[in-house]
Amino acid sequence: MKQEKLLEVYQNNSVKISVRKGWCKSCGICVEFCPKDVLVPDNQGKPIPENIDACIKCSLCELRCPDFAITVEGVKEKDE
Amino acid sequence: MKTVIDEYIRKAMFPNMWCPGCGNGIVLGAIIRAIDDLGWDKDEIVAVSGIGCSSRITGYVDFCSMNTTHGRALPFATGIKMANPDLKVIVVMGDGDCSAIGGNHFIHAARRNIDLTAIIINNMIYGMTGGQYSPLTPTGKFGSTAPYGNIDQSFDLAELAIAAGASYVARGTVYNPRQSTSLIKKALDKKGFSVVEIISDCPVSYGKMNKMKSPVDMLKWIKDITVSKKAWDGLSPDEKRGKYAIGEFLSKDRPDYTELYEEIIKKAQESGGNK
Repeated sequence: MKQEKLLEVYQNNSVKISVRKGWCKSCGICVEFCPKDVLVPDNQGKPIPENIDACIKCSLCELRCPDFAITVEGVKEKDE
Repeated sequence: MKTVIDEYIRKAMFPNMWCPGCGNGIVLGAIIRAIDDLGWDKDEIVAVSGIGCSSRITGYVDFCSMNTTHGRALPFATGIKMANPDLKVIVVMGDGDCSAIGGNHFIHAARRNIDLTAIIINNMIYGMTGGQYSPLTPTGKFGSTAPYGNIDQSFDLAELAIAAGASYVARGTVYNPRQSTSLIKKALDKKGFSVVEIISDCPVSYGKMNKMKSPVDMLKWIKDITVSKKAWDGLSPDEKRGKYAIGEFLSKDRPDYTELYEEIIKKAQESGGNK
């Protein structure tokens, strides 16, 4: 339950990025290898999708996360 | 947040015990995504591992699983497969577990061509025990038992598996998770002994001793030392030194051991025990 509380969700019209902060170990892989520089580290080194509008939903952050701590989901048109 | 991963892991065991940036988690993700793509039932899969950081994978997946002794994952898996050939058996090993302690088992599993999928997470070092060099540590690289550089020639695990008789051989990296997922998927689907070596990062042991302390440095290095199979074929021997080809190397059809064993049982029964 503690982990669920540490879940942070960021969303715009087309994409939803969720960060499970309780599982993230601040390795910095997602931040460094994001092709569009969407993610920036917070003071603990955990990712914040500051430039979420630049996200192209390639999901490389999700696929390269060793801790299953970040997910990228497309938001359907009707949900807008 | 609902991911495909969540359906296949034992969530109570998370966050995992691996160090920050460890490639084991990336490989675990690739295995799970490959299994999800194939649509396999969790209860028909058995995951078997030996000893080492990578072997913790069997504790995290919600399949039937078995954590065995050092280097002996393949013999245990062989027993499971022979007892019930309908099960889908996945063996996850580290580089030391597979090529040193279990090296003999590896070549003989390939020779028999038993229908197992062996996934070798190659971080090029014994990470859990403090960074001793393994048979896959590249020549000239450092380990806690090679403070002046490793003088050994390392194994090419893919070539070894091909020579020993495996049905499917491929190599991926943690830097290329999409490719690794697709290679693992093909290996799982292949009848016979399938080998996928995934080049992985160990920032804490290998990285620390080889001037790549952060996971990011290690992933950049992995990107630099790997070339696609297609480009590899055009390189000169000098250019190939210190580099690794990635992609699919072999996919052939050969009768698998369980099929041959069934035939022998049938033959013996039909003859009523008379040779």
